[in-house]
Parts: sequence; structure tokens; C-alpha cells
Amino acid sequence: MKLLTHNMLTSHVKGVTKGYPLIIKATEVKVNELEFNAQFVSRMIPKLEWNALIQAAEWLGRSQDLPSTLIPNYENDEEFLHKVHRILLEVEVIEGCLQCPESGREFPISKGVPNMLLIEDE
Amino acid sequence: MCKCLLVLYLQFYNEQEAKKYSQNSRMIEIQTQMSERAVELLSLPEDQPCYLLDVGCGSGLSGDYLSEAGHYWVGVDISTVWFLSEVLWFLCQLELITAQAMKAGFTGGMVVDFSNSSKAKKFFLCLFAGVSGVLPKGLGSESTDRGVSNQAQFTAQRSRFRNMKGKSVKKSKDWIMEKKERRRRQGKDVRADTKYTARHRKPRF
Repeated sequence: MKLLTHNMLTSHVKGVTKGYPLIIKATEVKVNELEFNAQFVSRMIPKLEWNALIQAAEWLGRSQDLPSTLIPNYENDEEFLHKVHRILLEVEVIEGCLQCPESGREFPISKGVPNMLLIEDE
Repeated sequence: MCKCLLVLYLQFYNEQEAKKYSQNSRMIEIQTQMSERAVELLSLPEDQPCYLLDVGCGSGLSGDYLSEAGHYWVGVDISTVWFLSEVLWFLCQLELITAQAMKAGFTGGMVVDFSNSSKAKKFFLCLFAGVSGVLPKGLGSESTDRGVSNQAQFTAQRSRFRNMKGKSVKKSKDWIMEKKERRRRQGKDVRADTKYTARHRKPRF
């Protein structure tokens, strides 16, 4: 699971109002190199929940490089875009779980795929 | 910009079949073609990698194509393996999705590729939101001069004579007329249409 995906995921447990962002508890993380595309990264940045991304990076112990708020004119900062590219698309959670911040329900991540399926009662 | 495209092409397999499905070269070929056509229908900006959501991605065969095309994508599926019951669930959702989409103000319609061939025919339900979507033309449209449309725009009209896929209800007059027309196109001998054509017969007939 890439952090780009995590940024879009929310808990949909019945009755939960604040199911975002899901807390990442990773037991296995891999870094898989992916071709850098500045255009894609700079177009995706405004669509992200930046705070959630910083938090996710913190949970994975990789928040050192990233600013807590977006810098203006980030589109032209190649170094910054590279850092975002890395954390967003190259860092992958292979094993672990995502925890709903309100209900505590855990969604397992297996082989890089989070299982968000709920049982009927939930 | 938000575009949504639903591809109506479903195959049902259990776990053993699913393995065969992924590895079968013909299936891979079909999936690749379908994905290619689906991306085409999305009319994405040229040479621009986009962020796509593949709902019902299965084992990721369609996703392979998306990656090849340079896009970033997220795949969602109810199961790692397709079970019959889950796909039936999906089919029920389809009608719901379309109804909801229309209520929510999506524009769009059905695009049919190769509408004349029962084997090659593929349905694409195209929904556009936030963009004025021009419905793309279906492939294999040489027969359009005969007035047979391979598109079906969403209308406010509710017709009793067409079901979800834009096909006529079987055995209705529409269906019979279409079948006769189809057979004529195939060069077969077909009775001329009269006032008795498709007239309802009593049971003992």
C-alpha cells in the first residue's frame, strides 16, 4: 500500500464520523523505485490531504524531509518534488494494518493490499 | 475533472478457474483490449499520466495495461478471486449505480462496440461528471446508415421496452423486428413485414 492510496482511504465502520486518517501500524515496509514524473507529482499535491500525508510519514518514521505545511511555489522545487515522489509512491507498506482512529477497528494489510471489507454487523 | 467509466464485461470463475483466467493468454488478450478501449473512452489528456481507479480490478490484468500506458492506478475489488455470488451482487449494484448516477446529474450513456456481433459485442457505460462529455462512437459502426444506433443516450423517458443493457425485452415486437433486420443483414431469407408481424399469438398456436 502506497501512501498515495492511504491518503484516500477512510474507515467506514457504522456510526464513525471521524474515520480519517487511518493509523498505520506497519510490520513490513519496502521501498520500490519508481520512475520520477514531476508533472504527476506536482498535479497530485493539491489533491492530497497534506497533514494526513505528514502523519502517515511519521508513523513510518520517514517524516524528516517533509515540511509540515506546503511551501509556496513547490511546483518548481525539484528537490521537494523528489521527496514527495519518494514518500508518496516509492514507500510501500507490505504487512501491517490500518486502524480506525475512532472505533479502533483494524483493517489488515497483506502482501501490500489493505482489506477494507467489513462484516455484516459493522 | 472527474470522469467515470463502467465496463460491462463480466466473466465468472471460481478459484481454480481464476488461476486459469489470469494465465490464459486469450483472457489476457481480451482484458488488455478491454482496458485499452476503456482508457480510450475516458479521453484523457494526451501524454499526461493520470490517477485512475479500477473498480473490480480482479487479479490486476487490466491494471497491467494501465501501468503500461503510464498511468498511476488504484485497484478495488470485493475479492482476490471472483465468486459467482459476488459478481451477481455487482450486477445488482450496476442498476443502482446507473440510477443514482442519473439522479446525481451525471451525463453519459451506453456505447456499444460491434453491436452486430453477439460474440464481439461489448458494452461500455460512460458517465461524465464535471465535464461536458461527448459520448464516443462505438466501434464497428458501418451499419449506422441503416439507422441502427450503437449509442444510447440517457433520457428522462422510461421505456418499458428496453432493459438495462439497451436490449429489447426478448420476444417483444421490438425484439422480433430487430432479429429480422439482423438476419436480413446476414443475408438470410426473411419474410416481408406485414401487419401480422410480431402479432401476439394465442397459446395453442
